[in-house]
Amino acid sequence: MTTFTDYILVCAGTGCRASQSEQIISSFKSAILQHGLKKKVQVVRTGCFGFCEMGPVIKMVPDNTFYVQVSPSDADEIVREHLIKGRRVERLLYVNPDTKQQVSDSKHIGFYKKQYRIALRNCGFINPENIDEYIARDGYVALGKALTEMTPESVIREIMNSGLRGRGGGGFPTGLKWDITRKAQSGRKYVVCNADEGDPGAFMDRSILEGDPHSILEAMAINGYCTGADRGLIYIRAEYPLAVERLKIAIRQATEYGLLGENIFGTDFSFRIEIRYGAGAFVCGEETALIHSMEGLRGEATIKPPFPSEQGYKGYPTNVNNVETYANIPVILLKGAEWFAGIGTEKSKGTKVFALAGKVNNVGLIEVPMGITLREVIFGIGGGIKDGKKFKSVQTGGPSGGCLTEKHLDLPIDYDNLLASGSMMGSGGMIVMDEDDCMVAVAKFYLDFTVEESCGKCTPCRVGNRRMLEILTRLTEGKGEMEDLQTLKDLGAAIKDTALCGLGQTSPNPVLSTMEHFEDEYLAHVNKTCPSHRCTKLTQYCINPENCKGCTVCARICPVHAIIGERKVPHVINFAECIRCGSCMEKCKFNAIYVI
Amino acid sequence: MNKVKTLDDLRKIRESFRAEIDLREKSSNPEQMPQIKVSMATCGIASGAKEIMNYFIETLNLRKIDALVTQTGCMGYCYAEPTVEITLPGKEPLVFGYLTREKADELINEYIRKGVMVDGIMPVTYDAVEPE
Repeated sequence: MTTFTDYILVCAGTGCRASQSEQIISSFKSAILQHGLKKKVQVVRTGCFGFCEMGPVIKMVPDNTFYVQVSPSDADEIVREHLIKGRRVERLLYVNPDTKQQVSDSKHIGFYKKQYRIALRNCGFINPENIDEYIARDGYVALGKALTEMTPESVIREIMNSGLRGRGGGGFPTGLKWDITRKAQSGRKYVVCNADEGDPGAFMDRSILEGDPHSILEAMAINGYCTGADRGLIYIRAEYPLAVERLKIAIRQATEYGLLGENIFGTDFSFRIEIRYGAGAFVCGEETALIHSMEGLRGEATIKPPFPSEQGYKGYPTNVNNVETYANIPVILLKGAEWFAGIGTEKSKGTKVFALAGKVNNVGLIEVPMGITLREVIFGIGGGIKDGKKFKSVQTGGPSGGCLTEKHLDLPIDYDNLLASGSMMGSGGMIVMDEDDCMVAVAKFYLDFTVEESCGKCTPCRVGNRRMLEILTRLTEGKGEMEDLQTLKDLGAAIKDTALCGLGQTSPNPVLSTMEHFEDEYLAHVNKTCPSHRCTKLTQYCINPENCKGCTVCARICPVHAIIGERKVPHVINFAECIRCGSCMEKCKFNAIYVI
Repeated sequence: MNKVKTLDDLRKIRESFRAEIDLREKSSNPEQMPQIKVSMATCGIASGAKEIMNYFIETLNLRKIDALVTQTGCMGYCYAEPTVEITLPGKEPLVFGYLTREKADELINEYIRKGVMVDGIMPVTYDAVEPE
């Protein structure tokens, strides 16, 4: 076995690397050599600690001391003091800004950990295909407790007191929804799990279903007990085959244990769960459309009321909740409403899972307490913007949400704050954009998606969105007029007011929010320029003959042979042929190609 | 399989399985096996987790190293997939990212066989709600 007794873990994440972590590693190595510790101490590079604002950070193992803002010149002192004399280097310890106390031990104090996992508690921890591993983590105890020690009313009260709100995006209080379904008079009721995750770039629900399927089954059974339903249906898209497979295994195992089926925990409560497949239509994430799709009808929304809680699947009262909402339920019953309500902001309790994507260094699946700021998420957990570029905007809420800017970075994330800023929580997609992204093109991308996914039932959504898309297309092609901007605003407002369902009512958000926060970019497009050089019809690649050496690299890389020129003679681009792919600019070694 | 009829039945399963895990993880008996968990959600598999899992199983077999290779869901480090978590007997679990066959070889040779930490450790950046 190893002779190493100590390790120095140096963060080599992108942020820390930019602030000299490689030099730190080499100074540690030479200090170790100098003090004759080569066989005792090992230096190891690690991934990002998510604490970039205090970087470069290092961690000493085995005593878990955490040093922040370390510079290469500190290495010798750390080796002498910490490793040889066994004394901590006080000046490099982190000082907690709230308590003004020095924090040294990274293991027991999660001071830099901005993430807290409730819904994802078992993801990446248990084997999702083994029910025993779920049970070892208190699985099905909440169901047992509810069935044998609590009344349906008291379970619902607990959920209400916890302040849990729907994680699918709407944010409707979950306990209240359960109570409405419970009070509905009917001989038959249904529990539905909405696993029709459709936002581009969002994969929270898939990850939960693939990593911890039993938590969903348990929560649905608890819901059945509360509402008086004996059947559960999981509506999931067929394009999630692994999630489907693991759900099937989970249902089989739970049934074998008697945790689903007849007389669960020896009570007279029985509950069965079936899977229903969706073909992958965005509108089917809307609960009425989802129910119609399960009934074998077209996936079209209908007017509410009646709400599904009163009249849903086949006309029976149906409780529809999203995957992540369900994933929170067992923990709330085990730890108590008060514990859950202690996390988050005044009106948004608990945590939220986000799929952090786009131009950040640490793309990932994260779960953070409500009330965390966008800055902490993007520059802390996310490790900042890729390639040292400038942050421009962050899109939350998918095609229903909006784009937030620099000035929103310190906004605490919760349902109401996001709504007030022209975006929304949505299901948890979070796409970060940098200075190279064109906001008009981004708005067009989302609207393109909505137009494609509109069910076509109501006119505002079917026709209105198409007209908006046509205007955006004109703008990105340099054919837009000043009055188009007003038309976009008018159409957007009208669609929001008159569309039938959530899809239509929120579809203008990406356009309206970018118009509000990035008006200058829209004006630039009216003036036939794209400041980010993204809109190909408004962009021109040119060769500066003074820099061009005639090396022919660009001519060879051009996929449409639009670059012509003799060897050692400055080349020229044939604008009529050029498709503005930018490959030539990427490959040019002489900075001879520029874009206007 | 016995049916769970009461909350106590469930707790019994829980305790017996926990004891099994404890035996696997906490005991520092060198006879105990190292455990390798591979993050196998759709995204991990798409970036090669399945090949890595097979590679671990084959290589460990070939070298006659006793180890337990299992799968788990998404660990959240999408930028560093494929990821694995390795628990040596009596040690804290460590997550390693950006797995390749070469990296897997290094992990087997250095970390699993000799207990030497190597580059590529992913710090745990979250706390999770713990069971009772």
